[in-house]
Amino acid sequence: MQKVNPPMLKIILKNLFQKAPTRMYPIEKREPFAATRGHVDNDIDQCIYCGICQKKCPAGAIAVDRAEKSWVIDPLRCVACNYCVEVCPKKCLSMEKNYITPMTCTWRK
Amino acid sequence: MGERSIVPFGPQHPVLPEPIHLDLVLEDEKVVEAIPSIGFVHRGLEKLVEKRDFHEYTFVAERICGICSFIHGMGYCQLIEKIMGLEIPRRAQYLRTIWSEFSRLHSHLLWLGLLADAFGFESLFMQSWRLREKILDILEETTGGRVIFGVNKVGGVRRDISADTLQRVVIVLKEMETEIKDLCKVFINDYSVEKRLKGVGVLSFEDAHRLGAVGPTGRGSGLQSDMRKLGYAAYNDLDFEPIFEKDGDSYARCIVRIKEIYQSISLIEQAVTKIPLGEIDMKVTGNPNGEHFERLEQPRGEVFYYGRGNGSKFLERVRVRTPTFANVPALLKILQGCELTDVPVLVLTIDPCISCTER
Amino acid sequence: MTNEVYYQTVIKEEVLSRAADMSQQGYRLAQMHCTTLKDQALPYEVNYSFAKDLELYNLRVVLGEQEILPSISEIHPAAFLYENEIHDLFGVKVENMSIDYDGRLYTTTVPTPFRNSGDEGGKNNG
Repeated sequence: MQKVNPPMLKIILKNLFQKAPTRMYPIEKREPFAATRGHVDNDIDQCIYCGICQKKCPAGAIAVDRAEKSWVIDPLRCVACNYCVEVCPKKCLSMEKNYITPMTCTWRK
Repeated sequence: MGERSIVPFGPQHPVLPEPIHLDLVLEDEKVVEAIPSIGFVHRGLEKLVEKRDFHEYTFVAERICGICSFIHGMGYCQLIEKIMGLEIPRRAQYLRTIWSEFSRLHSHLLWLGLLADAFGFESLFMQSWRLREKILDILEETTGGRVIFGVNKVGGVRRDISADTLQRVVIVLKEMETEIKDLCKVFINDYSVEKRLKGVGVLSFEDAHRLGAVGPTGRGSGLQSDMRKLGYAAYNDLDFEPIFEKDGDSYARCIVRIKEIYQSISLIEQAVTKIPLGEIDMKVTGNPNGEHFERLEQPRGEVFYYGRGNGSKFLERVRVRTPTFANVPALLKILQGCELTDVPVLVLTIDPCISCTER
Repeated sequence: MTNEVYYQTVIKEEVLSRAADMSQQGYRLAQMHCTTLKDQALPYEVNYSFAKDLELYNLRVVLGEQEILPSISEIHPAAFLYENEIHDLFGVKVENMSIDYDGRLYTTTVPTPFRNSGDEGGKNNG
């Protein structure tokens, strides 16, 4: 019968009883950093529907209608570049740190 | 004389990060000639200048490539700033230097992992990328994105880094340096790695000069050209020497990149001690009028920017010549005379970034 | 060894002799590119960039619609890729390239897409 090699025994025991180095996702989620660019959110009460964010968006993801007072964003087109947040005159747009959940194409208010 | 056969390599191949096609002309398992064919990821980004004004084109320029994205954005912004004659604040230049050295760090660690994967050493690949995760965490904390940073704009940078974040970053880098040393010991000393890399794919000094090899590919053969010596951004305040090796084989190119990792860590530490306080951007009015050439040093070599404006808000021409484009003739020379099994490793030693090559 | 950038305009016939000169003096071909100009009679400008140490030297040739450019790939082997790219994207004819792809380097649905500067600005939301 073959003797188990002592260094190998140490490694086996370590692997059996050590805590796993990976995270138990989705029970335990990773908290993104405060500065992470996740998705764009609008505080719709403050919005004046000026349309500057629509003009400046490089991906063409925002559609604003001043007459009907509607502001929609296509979250799948948005690249989270933060340009609209910077140019908004009322500062009602903000960049949230969580990424959007997977979805099929739909415009979102 | 043996029989000749043609074996197509790519565009889909497990070792390639991006699609490139090579027709290998073989004579009994030795490669005689290689004929490249590119154009699988061509997006016509140079024509998009006519539809996006010069402020928004920064976002397009950043997305030319995923690995070297920051330096593309920085090069474009520097180009426009030179055409318009703007002098951006010193702190913004230091911040750009720090982020581009981080870019270089993460790109070289990525390349080390891919090289290990190319000769079958998968656990070394996983270890390199595990170390790279720490750098991506630092980048996400300071810029908001892991791969595409979005911090460059014409006139400066969009985000600032506070002083205690900078100190913490230096401490993390110091801890990482010992781990990187352990990782690189395997690349430098391991017997099986040496067998795959030493003496394989030799590019002589004359060939490297004649074919226009740039970056670590050229520096591994003895060419001493490092565009950071031009002194753009904050590089004329920092103290460093270009690293080069004389042998010209794949092992020399690997050693150049490993030494550049240590050099980047020391450059970041120098920049953090010397960074001045002040503004991070300036107001930009008017439109660019005129033309200019700009050359930067990407992780893969010398990148060329040419821009021409005519006074309207849409530029007339933007031309980006990326380092992999200049290294393709050198690749064809390296491949002549090697064995068929060495082809994936050799293609990876020039660090191909094909989405840069065909914007 | 300076950081200087030089520009010089030459005529098409001088291209080969100037390229040989540059190669003798130790310059390497850094890049080549083409720009479309608004002038209808001479719409293409081809620019050769030669580099040595930190210095950059540019040669410019202005071409008409059907003119044929001589290839410098015998002297500077790296030029064949750039010349093929100019031929595929702009339609400039180059003769005697060392490796000639005959228009198949870039496969685009529209042949020579960069040939004309497209419509005037404006965001494309489609």
